[in-house]
Amino acid sequence: MPGLLARVYVTPKRGILDPQGKTVEQSLHVLGFDEVSDVTVGKYIEMRLGGASREAADARVRQMCERLLANGVIEDYRVELVADRS
Amino acid sequence: MRWGVVTFPGSNDDAQALRVVERVLGDEAIALWHKDVDLRGADCVILPGGFSYGDYLRCGAMAKFSPIMAAVVAHARRGGLVLGICNGFQILCEAGLLPGALVRNRSLSFVCDLVIARIETTATPFTASCGRGSLLTLPIKHGEGCYVADETTLAELEARDQVVFRYADAAGRVGPEANPNGSLGNIAGVCSAERNVLGLMPHPEYATERLVGGEDGLAVFRSVQSWLRDGGRSRGDEPRVQAP
Repeated sequence: MPGLLARVYVTPKRGILDPQGKTVEQSLHVLGFDEVSDVTVGKYIEMRLGGASREAADARVRQMCERLLANGVIEDYRVELVADRS
Repeated sequence: MRWGVVTFPGSNDDAQALRVVERVLGDEAIALWHKDVDLRGADCVILPGGFSYGDYLRCGAMAKFSPIMAAVVAHARRGGLVLGICNGFQILCEAGLLPGALVRNRSLSFVCDLVIARIETTATPFTASCGRGSLLTLPIKHGEGCYVADETTLAELEARDQVVFRYADAAGRVGPEANPNGSLGNIAGVCSAERNVLGLMPHPEYATERLVGGEDGLAVFRSVQSWLRDGGRSRGDEPRVQAP
């Protein structure tokens, strides 16, 4: 069975201060990109997973997010699993 | 009494905490390594400031899994005293011993300054010998010190008298001008619901000798000393708990 590639996106929870997002948004406006709004800055984590089925892998990656990769007080996360073609 | 000071890889205020315990307080200081598994009889454990594990992922996110943290959590659950300063505060939040989280300063700048911390409650072992509303001048030095929590948590903290320190001006007024990092409610320090775990961003350990800029921070250490000396009876005032 080919391995899986997990892509984890960790972003600030809505309503939690995101000073980085705000500052990037202001800078984009200064550069003339006036159409921009609601910028948030988060993290992208990629990892290769061996063996497991897609369902099992999904559950495992969610556990990783809950326990370490994201802090539920301030962050949301989203997981994508794709076939690892490398 | 015995104070344990935990050194994580990247801690950098551990030496000063140990120094204060031994040289200023005249107490027994136990240097604990993050790989230790017991607290060697420490009455109060200090998680010092610094950049544990390089602040990778989030400040304090890695340190919460250090072997010593199981002992720290067990100590806290037994009612033992835990004091987290700066990075130590971040670790306590990550470990779930304190509510909320510390995020990037609203200004995005690292702040290194003297601030005034107003004592909001004396119903903790760390402030029992202080006056409510008294003002401590303490240094801060952090990039991620903006305290956040959801509205429910914030309301609970206020209702249960768990906000221990707030940033204030010289007149004791709390407001945006006195807020160095954007913390909600100017919160500089909070305690656990059981009141035996305190986290704060300002550094009391760097304000313990007149020669180097003041000794307001001693109030915190002296409170712990007297609280422990009489077996936790000098609990200060009762918490000013509001009816829900």
